[in-house]
Amino acid sequence: MWTFLHKFASPKHFYRIAGKLIPWLGALTVLLMVAGLYLGLFVAPPDYQQGQSYRIMFIHVPSAWMSLFVYVFMAVASAIHLIWNIKLADVMASSSAVLGASFTFLALATGSLWGKPMWGAWWVWDARLTSELILLFLYLGYIALVAAIDDQRAAGRAGGVLILVGVVNIPIIHYSVEWWNTLHQGPTVTKFDKPSIHLSMLMPLLLMAAAFQCFFFTLVLMRARTEVLERERRSAWVDELLKDAG
Amino acid sequence: MGSLANAFFALLRRDLLLAFRHRGELANPLIFFLMIVTLYPLGVSPDVNLLRQIAPGVIWIAALLAALFSLENLFRTDFDDGSLEQLLLSPQPLPVLAMAKVLAHWLVSGLPMVLLAPLLGLLLAMPAPAITVLVGTLAVGTPLLSLIGAVGVALTVGLRRGGLLLTLLILPLYIPVLIFATSAVSAAAAGLPVAGQLYLLAALLALGATLAPFAIAAALRISLS
Repeated sequence: MWTFLHKFASPKHFYRIAGKLIPWLGALTVLLMVAGLYLGLFVAPPDYQQGQSYRIMFIHVPSAWMSLFVYVFMAVASAIHLIWNIKLADVMASSSAVLGASFTFLALATGSLWGKPMWGAWWVWDARLTSELILLFLYLGYIALVAAIDDQRAAGRAGGVLILVGVVNIPIIHYSVEWWNTLHQGPTVTKFDKPSIHLSMLMPLLLMAAAFQCFFFTLVLMRARTEVLERERRSAWVDELLKDAG
Repeated sequence: MGSLANAFFALLRRDLLLAFRHRGELANPLIFFLMIVTLYPLGVSPDVNLLRQIAPGVIWIAALLAALFSLENLFRTDFDDGSLEQLLLSPQPLPVLAMAKVLAHWLVSGLPMVLLAPLLGLLLAMPAPAITVLVGTLAVGTPLLSLIGAVGVALTVGLRRGGLLLTLLILPLYIPVLIFATSAVSAAAAGLPVAGQLYLLAALLALGATLAPFAIAAALRISLS
């Protein structure tokens, strides 16, 4: 197990293994997404209150989940990077940032598209919308900081500290904003004993969530691969790779 | 008195002394604070009822910005003349030294804002109980602003143009302070109890004072590596 992890953490082997994983993950993404979209758009019945427009939730909710998941993923990667000085963890964190920001933006955009017919406004200063917006600011701050520091090693470490400070603050921000104002409908899936969402709607939602997860990992591995190549451009194995490629 | 306390107070004394040698600069954040507040009646409306309603937010946002701009120089001069590196090389734990610098910064920039706040409250027609609570929230909140901000400053001290970047990094983290503080002041103006919000602010301060020095120290080590 440990030798595998160490092998995986070395850029050379990571590049190889990730290259093999990507097609599988990509295929899985397509499969899950097609199934989820089919069930969500054609099979699931229209909502008795919201009609057809609730279907945007199959994109909106997974994006919102991913926006938080990616941040936590980055925090774990940054902690690994800062504590054990594993360079690959930093590659993972910095490759995830743009994706996390995109998911956050997607959640905001789809939410506002849904909000127009439902609440009659593109944007309301509701707690969850606002904390999602603040999450977007945190992502943008990380991206800006990493971009501003020239030395790559220092950039990774500084970004890591910022992400860790942010992850301590996210629950505080979330609850303070929640307390400040709430209009958003309560969570309907996390009540595990008896979800207040019907199975025909829950299934596509969970499928889409799984699809988004696979989508994220496919993309992050692709981005990490190019990042590794760029960072290791002076090493022998990249040279060999280039020679093999002709 | 251990050597740790000696180092703490020596650094505190040095920073305060340096600040008082540049008396002119001391007033700048305060003038900024006052000017931002002055812009609101001009930009929004001089109507007393409206001003009274928006006063907590106006004063607190002005305080956030003033804190942010005054923070920019927290490590700057020390970084430029190399004394920050000496601090890092010192045998004393860096988080404690960082604490001393943040405390000195708060004493020369945060505390004056707390003292100036009643005047601004009067300018914006706030009722007396609300002004008392405003001073209370600023007294608990501004040290927190200095602590959180110092992490951002430590991360950006090595950069040539860190100013705007600092705002991007730090303002989102200031939001909980803003929410609890303004909600306390508004509640006081409405005659409601404010203990809950003040306790939460104090809890945040306790959390910040215990965790932020370590983050500041880690960030300084990265910026100077």
